[in-house]
Amino acid sequence: MKSVRTLFVIAAIVMGGALMGAVSSLHPFGVPSPEGCAVDEHYLNRAGVDLSCENVVTSIVFDYRGFDTIGESTVLFAALLSVMMLFRKGGRKQ
Amino acid sequence: MKNRSMRPLSVIARTACDMYAWFMVAFGAYVIVHGDITPGGGFQGGAICATFLALMLVTQGSAYVSAWLNENFYKVCLFLGLFMFIGFGLMGLGWAMDGTLMLNWAAVAHDQLAEVKPWWPPSGTVALMDIAVGIEVTGGLSLILVTMFRAIRLGTVQEDGMGKETGHDQR
Repeated sequence: MKSVRTLFVIAAIVMGGALMGAVSSLHPFGVPSPEGCAVDEHYLNRAGVDLSCENVVTSIVFDYRGFDTIGESTVLFAALLSVMMLFRKGGRKQ
Repeated sequence: MKNRSMRPLSVIARTACDMYAWFMVAFGAYVIVHGDITPGGGFQGGAICATFLALMLVTQGSAYVSAWLNENFYKVCLFLGLFMFIGFGLMGLGWAMDGTLMLNWAAVAHDQLAEVKPWWPPSGTVALMDIAVGIEVTGGLSLILVTMFRAIRLGTVQEDGMGKETGHDQR
């Protein structure tokens, strides 16, 4: 058990170090990038042309970032499950 | 503390909310269905649709509501919306050789709008998933409302014979 925990601590430190390295190479906050905002310009220009979708927000939520929306609806489902579990009828048997 | 059920409000409030609640449902359906061309979408429209039950519970009292409420309808809504949503995403996976999850397989480009059938949403899965998520959020939020109202003993909970305590109190 203890060796497993040590393994997890080492893995967490390695993972955290990798993520901190990734943070240091991020684009600086609030500064416009030199090559322009490629992704959001693509969304704004192509959402109405390719998808015939006037609402760009919805086109991002349900198409370009659709995988995130699966997680969002899973969060709703998990919230409902936890509410029904907390407020269920009856309770623990004697 | 004999009558624990939530009492209905006055006649004026009940009559106004009887009419108003159905308009809320119609407006929520409008927001869901037009999610791809107007502001809003499935989540927002579903939340508007779920206010129908909140209005009914507040104005009519929970005893009246629980007399005709069918919880299974909302459960069916929840699972139908969830499976529709995932199903539309998986259909993109199987649509073509280079299909991906959540591929918009039904979208029509803007310069081909004249060829599209009048009943088909040109934005493809964006509109379809809007409807799916709207159904899911309507069912989910309504179920949360009903469950919490029943759990805080504002409804008629004495029908199951135990009647003393509910939830984790009962040991």
